[in-house]
Amino acid sequence: MISTNFKRAVSVLSFGLIAAAGTAQAGATLVTIDGSSTVYPVTEAVAEEFQISKKGAIRVTVGISGTGGGFKKFCRGEVDISGASRPILKSEMEACAKAGIKYFELPVAFDAITVVVNPKNTFLNQVTVEELKKMWEPAAQGKVAKWKDINPAWPDLPLKLFGPGADSGTFDYFTEAVVGKAKSSRGDFTASEDDNVLVQGVSQDKGGLAYFGYAYYAENMARVKAVPIVDKAGKTAVSPSMETVISGKYQPLSRPIFIYLSEKAWQRAEVKEFIAFYMNQGAKLAKEVKYVPLPAKAYEGNLEHLKKGKLGTVFGGTPEVGITIEELMKREGKL
Amino acid sequence: MKQSPRSLRSLPPRGHVSTFGRPGGTDMARMARKDIGEIRGIIARAKRLDVIFGVAGLLALGLGLLTFATLFVDMALDGYSRLTPDFFTEFPSRRAERAGILSAWVGTTLVMLVTACVAVPLGVAAGIYLEEYAPRNWVTDIIEINIANLAGVPSIIYGLLALGLFVYEFSLGQSILTAGLTLALLILPVVIVATREAIRSIPSHIREGAYALGATKWQVVQHHILPYSMGGIMTGVIIGMARAIGETAPIITIGALTFIAFLPASPVTGTFPFLSFEWLQSPFTVMPIQIFNWTSRPDPNFHANAAAAGFVLVLMTLTMNGLAIWLRYRIRRNIKW
Repeated sequence: MISTNFKRAVSVLSFGLIAAAGTAQAGATLVTIDGSSTVYPVTEAVAEEFQISKKGAIRVTVGISGTGGGFKKFCRGEVDISGASRPILKSEMEACAKAGIKYFELPVAFDAITVVVNPKNTFLNQVTVEELKKMWEPAAQGKVAKWKDINPAWPDLPLKLFGPGADSGTFDYFTEAVVGKAKSSRGDFTASEDDNVLVQGVSQDKGGLAYFGYAYYAENMARVKAVPIVDKAGKTAVSPSMETVISGKYQPLSRPIFIYLSEKAWQRAEVKEFIAFYMNQGAKLAKEVKYVPLPAKAYEGNLEHLKKGKLGTVFGGTPEVGITIEELMKREGKL
Repeated sequence: MKQSPRSLRSLPPRGHVSTFGRPGGTDMARMARKDIGEIRGIIARAKRLDVIFGVAGLLALGLGLLTFATLFVDMALDGYSRLTPDFFTEFPSRRAERAGILSAWVGTTLVMLVTACVAVPLGVAAGIYLEEYAPRNWVTDIIEINIANLAGVPSIIYGLLALGLFVYEFSLGQSILTAGLTLALLILPVVIVATREAIRSIPSHIREGAYALGATKWQVVQHHILPYSMGGIMTGVIIGMARAIGETAPIITIGALTFIAFLPASPVTGTFPFLSFEWLQSPFTVMPIQIFNWTSRPDPNFHANAAAAGFVLVLMTLTMNGLAIWLRYRIRRNIKW
């Protein structure tokens, strides 16, 4: 076994050194995808399984340019599909319209932005959106430096904040949901595009707090603790989980993630096959990569829209928070 | 000041010293003895400084080497379990234990091939022109200053230039060709500077001898300058390539992909003309991007993959540098002036 593996490795290596090892299917068809890093894990899983099932007859490439960067390429007609962790914005709709790019909007899963603290933090068993706002709003900069500054019941412990950088869709959504205005945040926190840095930071600091996508929390449950969120005064605290997102209780930090498909690309047979595969396997694969899958009829609804040629977005191009799966389905139905 | 026994021993015996003074002058002899004491002090001080600098230099070297060794060993230990033959023959995957670096190392190799094919002829020719042909005037001076400056321009700038020029203006797309050309631009100043340094180290009497025998400029370059400077040029080229192989920023700017589970078309085909250049237009990924992607994953198993891929990338760089040293040694050995 080892020797055959080794021979295989040597043969590939030597072949590759002379040049590239050729594949049998020269001129195979290509589906190009770009966009959000949040949607990437789902799309990558689908692309991987799809290529295995097609045995390489159809090739799929997936890049990461962020939601905004993906839309830029998409509206220039450079890619067939773009992943987005928020609905398309007005300015992007205009750019697409100018270039004559029409698109289908296909929700593929839900994500829960998770607020985490150090496991040694025993005083924070729940947090209200109001308290999160006090922590993160621009006015807190330089003023709110200790936990007791937010709530007198909390200890005199330095507050160390960690969060994603300003280019992230997660940053946009969290600030919109918590502070009330997208991209409006204090600047004196440790920002990193790499969520592992945030996990690391909180796991090493008793006074640390961070927010990021649910998948990172799911992989690091031993190192950080998720904090239940109280949406409004009088409501009960809800922990992030598949169930609370599906039931719509985890608010306002649940968000849908999408892929946008250009109408022109949809005419191509290989894209049709890929999308059909995405809608069939999406739920299973999304769950595997720790995202919340949509109900089966959401994927069927997507295919229905494609069949009937229902283009465009159900969002008005303005940022929105707190939408539940049910609401999303209702809206998609009206398209 | 106390003198070390060593510096005492290194001076001549006292009886001998007195002969330095004028004969008969005891004052002079005393003065000479005092001077000797002073001189010994100066020498001792100088030697102490010598030792201090030696130790400081050794510490600086040790610090650098130790840091690198620690990182390298740490990476090797983290990634060791993933360094199986399958790791080199598998495409990336969402499952850490199934993921490999096939598309990444093939992509890196092909991009480097394009880079070398473009940067070496252009850089060497430009270097030869500037050293041997260019007239000494202000235009040449400006060109020289600019080349030196270009070597220090951040690589992301080259990425932006390539995005505008190659991807959009020339419509080369996000292909191996674009990446190779971008990195070639990036290392061109390094190659030019190395070529010029190598040419300058050739004694001028070689040139003059050849001219005296009636050789033309091109004959001098072809028969003498190029062969003698080849060692230095190769070293410069490979140092440049070693820089290019680890570059991520310009490659991301021009739009290299993160997930790609197929290889470019083979350059060797079964039918006439047996060569195909289709691979130049192929989408691709490279090692640094693969590593970057794996380190930012939530699943810690991917971090072992990243360490293993990093280990392979360092080995690739070390191999290239080793090749440079070996080539330089071989070529220098064959030069007979």
